[in-house]
Amino acid sequence: MTSDTHVDGNALGGLLMEVFGREMTDALGCCVSCGAVNEVGALFVYRSGPGDVVRCPGCTSVLLVATPGPDRPRVYFSSLRWLQPSS
Amino acid sequence: MGFISRGFRGRRQVDAPEGRIPPGQYVTPDFPVLSAGPTPDVGLDAWRFEITGQVDAPRAWTWQELQALPAEDVTVDIHCVTKWTKLDTSWRGVSVDTLLEDVPTAAEFVTAHAYGGYTTNLPLEDLTGGKAWIAYLFDGAPLEPEHGGPARLLVPHLYFWKSAKWVRGFELRDEDKPGFWEGYGYHNYGDPWREQRYAGD
Amino acid sequence: MARAAIRGRLTWQVAEVVDRIDETPRVRSLVLECPAWIGHLPGQHVDVRLTAEDGYQTERSYSIGTPADGRRVTISVERIDDGEVSPYLVDELRVGDRLELRGPIGGYFVWSPGDGGPLLLAGGGSGIVPLMAMLRARVTAGSEVAVRLLMSARSIDEVIYRDELAAISHDQPGVAIVQTLTRAQPAGWTGYGRRVDREMLADVAWPASEEPRCYACGPTGFVEAVASALVDLGHQPQKIRTERFGPTGG
Repeated sequence: MTSDTHVDGNALGGLLMEVFGREMTDALGCCVSCGAVNEVGALFVYRSGPGDVVRCPGCTSVLLVATPGPDRPRVYFSSLRWLQPSS
Repeated sequence: MGFISRGFRGRRQVDAPEGRIPPGQYVTPDFPVLSAGPTPDVGLDAWRFEITGQVDAPRAWTWQELQALPAEDVTVDIHCVTKWTKLDTSWRGVSVDTLLEDVPTAAEFVTAHAYGGYTTNLPLEDLTGGKAWIAYLFDGAPLEPEHGGPARLLVPHLYFWKSAKWVRGFELRDEDKPGFWEGYGYHNYGDPWREQRYAGD
Repeated sequence: MARAAIRGRLTWQVAEVVDRIDETPRVRSLVLECPAWIGHLPGQHVDVRLTAEDGYQTERSYSIGTPADGRRVTISVERIDDGEVSPYLVDELRVGDRLELRGPIGGYFVWSPGDGGPLLLAGGGSGIVPLMAMLRARVTAGSEVAVRLLMSARSIDEVIYRDELAAISHDQPGVAIVQTLTRAQPAGWTGYGRRVDREMLADVAWPASEEPRCYACGPTGFVEAVASALVDLGHQPQKIRTERFGPTGG
């Protein structure tokens, strides 16, 4: 078995609120690779140093990458097909 | 200057030796476990290191073959782009020069591939001339999986994201191709002494 | 209206430490008075930012352990040996000192009595903190939602909120609290004495047919053990919410 050192999407709650202007941990996101739909709070977040790598719990595809940036944070979109905020 | 937290200093070492700390770095005694993805589970039987791409013939080494190559003990400072510097880290590994000895190539660039899918890119000349190793011991003990074991790339003169954990091979290329972090806004080369953290620095 | 609320949650504000409570030898609760606090839901957290005199900054997130209480926000911090931030918060900060924070943050790992139940809460070590906010909210609201709380600690001395949990267990008929002490148990201990496993969850958790809302919080290993055991026992993954603290506390 591999050891795994990720946290949950709620660890990025503050950053995502900054980028999207609203609470995002209860938003739904869909993975391009496997189609799995999860709440952002349930995604796997690897705190990697240069950035936080957000992966699909089902297939581990990279959905988002958050970097602190020289001036302000930035969120890159990789295998995230769609995001849908909660009501 | 805004708010200051009374009495807070963190774990930074204040009396760092002159000239050894690149600009903007702090010294830490820690060695945090930081990964971009799950720790790959690589059995030594299946482990290979391969050189592919712009070479006459691909080369590969098994774990036993790697262990049989001449190895070096090196003590180096390592610099993470997140501003942490760790002084005097001890490693044992095979110099990349040894691996490339009988591999003629005109390639100028390398993409280092890792188990788990991570990649990083470097000019070939930054991997040769005694500047890089495939390291498998840290502090005298086998490199732990969390820190990149069984073997990782060690290129201490560049920011540590270039020292790919769980390295599995080099793809030699005529053209440079950005790797994982280089594709997410980080500097293509990454020289800590010129503080090349982000693209455009 | 909503924009102003987000701005309020994102803006760093300076809170004042108005009380410190010793919970265990390693855990101290900090009661913070936040001048611009807009309220919060049980389970939400704050981001705390520390700035040294030379400008060095670092941030950490801490769960709020109390339900909404005007401008008062209480966080409970466990001192991690050789940590960068926790020794400062636990040992150095005094009443009257100020702390920069923003929040509340979170919309996934939250529960209010109106969300219903039954509720399964599993907390490992300081993972009990956000669950305590949920439990305290349930009690304060006079809610009748049925709760089962499983908490894991190394020894009896390290059980956070020990007396209050005993009181809740005694006074609240709909709340059942089960403890496991993983390293040392006192004489006469009737609780569990090992790390959480599938068998323990089978005994303690609601059956899957009850479709409880499950919240598991604490170190990664604890959360993984609880979540995988619950899935094994037939609980829907979507009804299991997790908050891993991660390998590096600090």
